[in-house]
Amino acid sequence: MRIEVALPVIIPLFFGSLALAFWQWRGVQRVVGVVGGLSLTAAGIWLLVSVWNDGVLAMHMGSWQAPFGIVLAADLLSATMVLLTGVMGLIVAVYSLVSMTPDHERFGYHPLLQLLLAGVAGAFLTGDIFNLYVWIEVLLVASFALLILGGERAQMEGAIKYVTLNLVSSLILLAAVGLTYGLFGTLNMAELAAYMGEAENTGLVTVVGVLFMVAFAIKAAAFPLFFWLPASYHTPPVAISAIFAALLTKVGVYALIRFFTLMFTEAPEVTQNILLWGSGFTMLVGVLGAAAQFEFRRILAFHSVSQIGYMLMGLALHTPLALAGSLLFILHHSIVKTNLFLISGISYFARGTHELKDLGGLYRTHPGLSVLFLIAALSLAGLPPLSGFLVKLMLVRAGLEVEAYWIVAVALITGLLTFYSMVKIWAEAFWKADPRGEQAPAVGPSWPDRRGMWLLYAPVAVLAALAVLMGVAAEPFLQLSLAAGEQMLDVDAYVEAILGDDAR
Amino acid sequence: MTAEPLLAILVGVLFATATYLMLRRSLVKLVIGLILLSNAANLLIFATSGLTRGAPPLIPEGMLTPEGAVADPLPQALILTAIVISFGVLAFAVVLIHRAYEVVGADDLDEMKDTDT
Repeated sequence: MRIEVALPVIIPLFFGSLALAFWQWRGVQRVVGVVGGLSLTAAGIWLLVSVWNDGVLAMHMGSWQAPFGIVLAADLLSATMVLLTGVMGLIVAVYSLVSMTPDHERFGYHPLLQLLLAGVAGAFLTGDIFNLYVWIEVLLVASFALLILGGERAQMEGAIKYVTLNLVSSLILLAAVGLTYGLFGTLNMAELAAYMGEAENTGLVTVVGVLFMVAFAIKAAAFPLFFWLPASYHTPPVAISAIFAALLTKVGVYALIRFFTLMFTEAPEVTQNILLWGSGFTMLVGVLGAAAQFEFRRILAFHSVSQIGYMLMGLALHTPLALAGSLLFILHHSIVKTNLFLISGISYFARGTHELKDLGGLYRTHPGLSVLFLIAALSLAGLPPLSGFLVKLMLVRAGLEVEAYWIVAVALITGLLTFYSMVKIWAEAFWKADPRGEQAPAVGPSWPDRRGMWLLYAPVAVLAALAVLMGVAAEPFLQLSLAAGEQMLDVDAYVEAILGDDAR
Repeated sequence: MTAEPLLAILVGVLFATATYLMLRRSLVKLVIGLILLSNAANLLIFATSGLTRGAPPLIPEGMLTPEGAVADPLPQALILTAIVISFGVLAFAVVLIHRAYEVVGADDLDEMKDTDT
């Protein structure tokens, strides 16, 4: 019985219910939100240390042994993702202390955020594919409500596309779960992995695998299934956009990695090929879409699509180094993209607009913010010595090792175009003269007081520091991700840890 | 003759109808399509896990395994869970299209392209 495997699910559920109990007291809810984020981060660290020391951990719910009961399982991939969830939850909870309006808080922002974290952590930890569907629904319902919090017209329009496409993807996932049960008679991931080699009807197994791929590719916003993302991510309050960008598409990527390294590995010539082509197109189409945009958050939303391509590229190349690159890319992208969304929120506080043509002169009035933006933007583009350089180097090297030259070329071109987009934001929002003239006030009426300003800047500064740290002091991150990459490809050890005797 | 081919055809018809409805411009038809799709997925679980006329899976007192052919309870548990989840989510979707109709003033997806690119 390893309680640390279940804690990351229990903690946000507990703090979410606590926040619900204090529905009328917004001050208490804010404290609960921050403490919840802190506790989840601490639980994530505990879990990661345990997994690092003891290998794959399993917890059998209600002491029903796998494969009969539902099992929560944590390997290095899961544990790292859970820690990421905790850190992002904490960062966004602190940022929203200032950035959320009282109206949004009154409609239940804090409980919903905790519910979202619980769903995400559950999806990362479960070892049962139907349970995965349930956790994905939990996080989806929370994200639906967060997306329309405030009820503006743009949010409604975005939410209809978001809700419809995500529901369709969930139902495809459900159908695939049903077909899997019909084929194998089990839903436990480890047992499925063990049975996969003995499947008789391999054609049907591949079809089910591709069904799973379509379902998770919609969630991950991969080409050509990404259209819900740029239609909706820029509509909610900026803290919500930030937590979405940090975690939601990552659940889809995580599930793809889990399914196509552990279970559906019997037809790599089909699945890896689709993933490889999909990743190339995702990178290129996303970054070209961003190049056509002139609104701060829309550019960031399109870049989210493009960066998903890199993560899928690592999965498609399917070597330990490439998978390690995928995992580190997920960390890097969450840190950097969340940071960019948070910075766009601060610039909105200052100028009251997200349109690049109306922004300007931020470098003159907010030099500190400009430096923080440069760190995040250059890291996203992949310039050394920042985090983006390290992860792109890993992926490119993995691509060269298996002689997949064209995907490496696409990745490098995408990096260049990302740089172009970031320079565009820099030139328009920060560098050019303020279009309102020299005498215009530096900050708008919604600019917070000194204490509020610290609370806005602190999360941004922490994330920027993390991005620098990942690039400069890369060794621990590299070791962790390489170990995780090796572990992902060692299917037998995973099966043994979940179903083996010592787990019983 | 077993009922499985019939159920398979029903699932196919439901999937096709749902897809057709979701491709319409009307918001109401979109949600009806989603409802049909969720029912199709539930029936699909039922069909793929094998239809039997087995008895309820109850184990007689003093024994460790049930006697004779029993129905598999797991797909039914899955479907029950899925029905509850889709009920909640679809209730949200119905409220959402109602609110969207109030805010936008039209039951037409072509009127809702401002956030697209």
